[in-house]
Amino acid sequence: MEYLFIIISAIFVNNILLSQFLGVCPFLGVSSKVSTAAGMSGAVCFVITLATVVTFLLNKLLLSFDIAYLQTIVFILVIAALVQMVEIVLKKISPSLYKALGIFLPLITTNCAVLGVALNVVTKEFSFFGGQPHLFNLAEATVYAFATSLGYGLAMILFAGLREHLSFNKVPEAFKGVPIALVTAGLLALAFMGFSGMVY
Amino acid sequence: MNKLQIIVRGIVKENPTFVLLLGICPTLATTTSALNGMSMGLATMAVLILSNMTISAIARFIPDKVRIPSYIVVIATFVTLLQLLMQAYVPDIYATLGLFIPLIVVNCIILGRAEAFANKNGVVDSALDGVGIGLGFTLALTLLGAVRELLGGGSLFGWRIIPSDYNILAFVLAPGAFIVLAYLIVAFKKLTK
Repeated sequence: MEYLFIIISAIFVNNILLSQFLGVCPFLGVSSKVSTAAGMSGAVCFVITLATVVTFLLNKLLLSFDIAYLQTIVFILVIAALVQMVEIVLKKISPSLYKALGIFLPLITTNCAVLGVALNVVTKEFSFFGGQPHLFNLAEATVYAFATSLGYGLAMILFAGLREHLSFNKVPEAFKGVPIALVTAGLLALAFMGFSGMVY
Repeated sequence: MNKLQIIVRGIVKENPTFVLLLGICPTLATTTSALNGMSMGLATMAVLILSNMTISAIARFIPDKVRIPSYIVVIATFVTLLQLLMQAYVPDIYATLGLFIPLIVVNCIILGRAEAFANKNGVVDSALDGVGIGLGFTLALTLLGAVRELLGGGSLFGWRIIPSDYNILAFVLAPGAFIVLAYLIVAFKKLTK
């Protein structure tokens, strides 16, 4: 049951893009077409889940040596290496997927959503339905990471759909490009605020 | 290019928030009040100046192929230092900014300046570039925070200006961040044209 709450909370209530503001750069950058947005979300989903599992386990090692202050440095290096490795493996195993994700893969290293989720699950205490706040265990962390990245994909694809329609409309000269996209994102965030009463 | 131009360029012509549109995540997330926005801007500026200076000093010893990971290690080191210093001396601000302090590592402004400016220019020029871009970022974040705090909370740097019955809470929450930023970008475009 608790897993269900984690999933709903991560996808809708605390959507990573629209209420936590993580990973907004690619959200604005590659959201002009639904197909590219979907490709990016797929790549991010894969990397976030994998990176969270790896950094979660690594954090145990850091804690056992009492060097938790190295978290930031270690995590970002692990993520960079992981992205590079995923790139090499994908190239060998599934060239078609590699081609589809192509340019997005290397960009994921600097996507703050990946580092953000990795740091979140090892530092923040979560509580559901008035239960004791506690740090996630590995299973919860994995579910949380996967659900969060699904939420990322959902917001990204919805937003790309809106932007595709936006291109048919007349927009005032000064608002063309990023400003109108930001206003659209603001309205989407307003819509997502409607979920905020669902789960605490 | 003289020294003053390097600084002014970072604030107006290449303003990281309003013109280059870099580092949007902390811009949106930490500007719930003018003070929070300013703290985030100053923290980023400190890391930017130090990393710019270090990278411009060591750039010629780094092989081209591993330069990005090397820059990231330099930046992450300074971020960790800042994190520990802030935890010790300004714990309140550290608690409010939370996750976004370690996330300075992946702020594209810092890596962007390392790649576009610091690795081709001298230490002094790079430091000035850090000051300019950092000031541009800080001013933008303070302005965004001020507008959101005024409309959403009715105060400015904690001073109450609008009675609390007339506040629009949505401006402090997520949607307000996107919308205020959009309008500020448009205003900046009009003013600097």
